[in-house]
Amino acid sequence: MSKKKKLVKPELYILNVLGEDYSTTLTNKYKNRKPYSPYTHKHITSFIPGTIKKVFVEKGDEVISGQKLLILEAMKMDNEIITNISGKIKKVFVKSGQMVSKNELLIEIS
Amino acid sequence: MHGALQGGGEKAIEKQKATGKMTARERILTLLDSDSFHEYDLFVEHAGKDFDMDKKYLPGDGVVTGTGTISGYPVCIYAQDFTVAGGSLGYMHAKKIAKIMDHAMKLKVPLIGINDSGGARIQEGVNSLAGYGEIFYRNTLASGVIPQISVILGPCAGGAVYSPALTDFVFVVDKISKMFITGPEVIKTVLGEDISMEDLGGAKVHAEITGNAHFYAESELECFDQIKKLVSFIPWNNTKKAEPFPIKQPKTKQYKISELFPTDSKKPYDVRNIIKAICDDSDFFEVQQMFAANIVVGFARINGQSVGFVANQPMVLAGVLDVDSSDKAARFVRFCDSFNIPLITFVDLPGYLPGIDQEHAGVIRHGAKVLYSYSEATVPKITVILRKAYGGGYIAMCSHHLRADFVLAWPTAEIAVMGPEGAANIIFKNEILNAPNPEEARRKKIEDYKEKFANPYVAAAYGYVDAVIDPLETRNFITHALEISAQKKEDRPIKKHGIPPF
Repeated sequence: MSKKKKLVKPELYILNVLGEDYSTTLTNKYKNRKPYSPYTHKHITSFIPGTIKKVFVEKGDEVISGQKLLILEAMKMDNEIITNISGKIKKVFVKSGQMVSKNELLIEIS
Repeated sequence: MHGALQGGGEKAIEKQKATGKMTARERILTLLDSDSFHEYDLFVEHAGKDFDMDKKYLPGDGVVTGTGTISGYPVCIYAQDFTVAGGSLGYMHAKKIAKIMDHAMKLKVPLIGINDSGGARIQEGVNSLAGYGEIFYRNTLASGVIPQISVILGPCAGGAVYSPALTDFVFVVDKISKMFITGPEVIKTVLGEDISMEDLGGAKVHAEITGNAHFYAESELECFDQIKKLVSFIPWNNTKKAEPFPIKQPKTKQYKISELFPTDSKKPYDVRNIIKAICDDSDFFEVQQMFAANIVVGFARINGQSVGFVANQPMVLAGVLDVDSSDKAARFVRFCDSFNIPLITFVDLPGYLPGIDQEHAGVIRHGAKVLYSYSEATVPKITVILRKAYGGGYIAMCSHHLRADFVLAWPTAEIAVMGPEGAANIIFKNEILNAPNPEEARRKKIEDYKEKFANPYVAAAYGYVDAVIDPLETRNFITHALEISAQKKEDRPIKKHGIPPF
């Protein structure tokens, strides 16, 4: 298999394992791994790809825990997205009619 | 009835060729020794009654089955014929496959399945699903009894993917193989995500990312050569040993350990060159070359005898164990153990890969597979520690504690809980902090630690290492170890089966 491929000098990186620095190459999978972001109720994201059917709030609105924020239509179902915290709407990132992919940031609450 | 040998007819064959594919019968005849193929059930007719299917003639019901040999090695084989109703799996199609599988089990010879099918024959409804179930059940019972090889030469989608997934080795070919549970159209409708068939489940994806495939080829012919090579290393069934080959010396001029192996344990090198410096004819046949390249697994011969190599690869991710490399190694170890192929393990790893993604992906349960499979294995187990063997990684890589039969170490081996820097920083934390010049104190402590502990002799003093050897003696030692353990028999507690951390 490898006979046909040209020899390319591998790109070396430093990988630290338990306090030691090792010179080595990295795999694509390692390079493309997703950085961790802690879960926060302040960020309302789409749990499924779909279409925003309606947005009930706008910037500056005071919301209370349990309040409806928007309707996300996905798989022919209307999903009411509610907030689990009370606070002020910092920014609304989507408009009604807009298609969103999975895990897209929709609304930020401060 | 006549014309069954023509499969789906001229037009369908033309279409098949236009996509760069051979026909089912051509594939079998190319793979097997000439004139060795004996076809079964050519005259089987399909059982579809509904949707006017009873008026249709499907030659051989879309699958070719039979027996033959590969360089004299006997096999039972089936190849789905995409030119007949898209190779779709109906009741009789599945029955033909099940029959040849039963035959393989009875005769105790390997099974090769060539997959090229649009999936279930929807017109036959639940009978088609029953057919898949019968195949999966047989795959499972045959697992560990006869070698099972799956060759994906076309689409293999939905439930159909589970037969290959249950077998020992999956071969894929660039641009031809497609494997997925849910196709791009469904993903598009349901999730709104756009992806091509190739990017979703093409040959490269399975060879590099998912690890579903074990061998990747650029053409069907190359793929058949790989299959021929693989069967030369493995026995017919679990009661036999692989056929010995004439002894050939390694090409030591080309593969000089002294030139290929840096003694500084932080420097990378390609461990495959060390395997090649030691095995017969420097011929190492790598399995899952593109997947989890931080561990290397594959077959080679020592003094003519087939062996399985497992080696940390310092060239990639410093050779760490992680989720993928643990899966890869554990599965390979279990294959070798099932089919009486001795295991040779080369150790050079800093431990497990740190990271939130690894922890959350379950590196605990995946890593445990390595411990499980090595502990469970009763074939001769020979371990050579080349350089670093730190922490849990040292234990996992077939240490004496998991009942390796021989543990050898090169003088460059460092067997410890962790590397000198990490260890010195913890053990001498206060002394370093309170020293007038902490940085200098730290460096001195690291040096002290290195001198005292970064070697094979501490472990050897406890008998965890049997011998410290000159790297150039490695082949001799392994040859001796294999000869002396030819009659090895080790019993395990009687049980129905273990519960490995799958």
